[in-house]
Amino acid sequence: MQASPLSTRRFLIIFSIAWLSLMTDHAVLLYQFDMVWQAAILDSLISNSLLLLTCLLVLNTIRYYVPTVNQYVNVLIMCFVLTILWFLLSKWLLRITLDDYENYSYFLKRSLFIRASIGFLVLGIVTTTGIMWFNWQEQQKNEQRKADAEKLAKEAELFKLRQQLQPHFLFNSLNSINALIGIRPEEARKMVQQLSDFLRGTIKKEETQWVTLQEEMQYLQLYLEIEQVRFGNRLATAIKNDDTSLQMKLPALLLQPIVENAIKFGLYDTIGQTVIEIETSVLHNELVIKVCNPYDPETSSPKQGTGFGLKSVQRRLYLLFARNDLLATETKDNTFTTIVKIPQVQPI
Amino acid sequence: MSKVIIIDDEHLARSIVKEYLQKHPQLELVAECGDGFEGVKAIQQHQPDLIFLDIQMPKINGFEMLELIEQPPAVIFTTAFDEYAIKAFESHAIDYLLKPFNQERFDKAIARWADQKAKPAEANTQDLLETAAQSPSQSSRIVVKNGSKIKIIPAHDIFYLEAADDYVKIHTAEGYFLKNKTMNHFEQSLDGQQFVRSHRSYIVNVQQITRIDPYEKDNHVAILRTGAKVPVSRGGFGKLKAVLGL
Repeated sequence: MQASPLSTRRFLIIFSIAWLSLMTDHAVLLYQFDMVWQAAILDSLISNSLLLLTCLLVLNTIRYYVPTVNQYVNVLIMCFVLTILWFLLSKWLLRITLDDYENYSYFLKRSLFIRASIGFLVLGIVTTTGIMWFNWQEQQKNEQRKADAEKLAKEAELFKLRQQLQPHFLFNSLNSINALIGIRPEEARKMVQQLSDFLRGTIKKEETQWVTLQEEMQYLQLYLEIEQVRFGNRLATAIKNDDTSLQMKLPALLLQPIVENAIKFGLYDTIGQTVIEIETSVLHNELVIKVCNPYDPETSSPKQGTGFGLKSVQRRLYLLFARNDLLATETKDNTFTTIVKIPQVQPI
Repeated sequence: MSKVIIIDDEHLARSIVKEYLQKHPQLELVAECGDGFEGVKAIQQHQPDLIFLDIQMPKINGFEMLELIEQPPAVIFTTAFDEYAIKAFESHAIDYLLKPFNQERFDKAIARWADQKAKPAEANTQDLLETAAQSPSQSSRIVVKNGSKIKIIPAHDIFYLEAADDYVKIHTAEGYFLKNKTMNHFEQSLDGQQFVRSHRSYIVNVQQITRIDPYEKDNHVAILRTGAKVPVSRGGFGKLKAVLGL
């Protein structure tokens, strides 16, 4: 909801001054037309206070409901109706309070038209100003929102770039290669090749692209082999692919972060050998991928369990399929399982 | 002859340090460890003069391992990429090697360590650990040594902390554990939305509080789910109210 213009001090002051001068003018005018000054003041006070109330009513209405360009006729009608209501009410009030003064009813009758015109004019001005104010506020808000959205998009892009590079993985792999050069140069050469192929795969693929599970598994294999060089006997993998599942499709680069998460979680939360199990199958025409890793229920906080690296996967799945139930995690005994379901409907 | 230990969970990372060490015959490699638990044991056993320490390791990280050692030896940290750790090193002028590093850079670190041996900079390491303890991954747990066993206490398992001379008693469902740290240390490192310093000598886990009763003049006492009573001073009451949104 917008702030009313009257909540701004500057506007409130201008508004009050305008109203005071309107009241004074009104009273002075009546006095000059030979009305007793008490009656002049009372008349001004009653009709202008009622008008003030009407104006506040209008301002409050358009505060909740800013009219669009093609509703301006409605606004005009609203002003007109409100003017009539104000006019009838003030006429009645003036009559019962000021009837005692000499010649007043005659004077009132003659001034009715000009009263109505001025009331309509004032109400019109206030309404127009109000609409302009609220439109301006809306515009400011939109601009702010746009700037925020742009900033967010930029940050997200930077984050994505950094994620793609995976500096921790990259530098540790380079360090392993450095060590291998001294002791087993053949292996070093092989690892350079694997790392290059892996990085090329990361750069080449667009996140919007769909690939078969077979392709994604080959890419994953590269990643797992590199990790196995790094961690040696500590890391073992068990992969089971259902034949039909290999031909199913999934968004590119979706699986690797899940496996990376499982490896990190498994390796850093337990001591000794870590077995990462990957199992793929088809259920109800959906590709189902299960990734299991060991963990220690005593020391991992529940926050870590879901938060590690799965948030961005969840977000991606939501953006692709508008569903939040495609990624699930399970903890049983000492095994943490991540389950992803990929509907076989490609957005075109 | 100075004794050296390498602690890193990747065997190739250890072997590169081993290789570079061959150029320094005055340094004798006495142990190689694949995680922090082995590290603590080896350090107690061998009393090394220098250790090479990785940050990211299974179960407990390099900083947490150092916290468990009463008089930590000189450390050269080795890490691949850890923004938080690097910031901590830089602010405390501690030498660290960014993987992958070459022999030249390694030799430089050894030379720097040899220079500093004359004037030990133990305070630096302590300051470093204070900074490192505030990292998001470390603030969610406390690592303590219980006899010869190492225990990792997740923050949500802690009922409250109590000052006890030079130690802090960490009260949990399994009784209390002692850690040689100050109350200020824990007040800084633990998540302030969950742990409130309710009293000069107490930090309480707000999720454990069932009610707060008035106690004597100006004071309060927090009753935990377990029935334990934790003193709340006047200032502490204000802090509790702010966190609980009262």
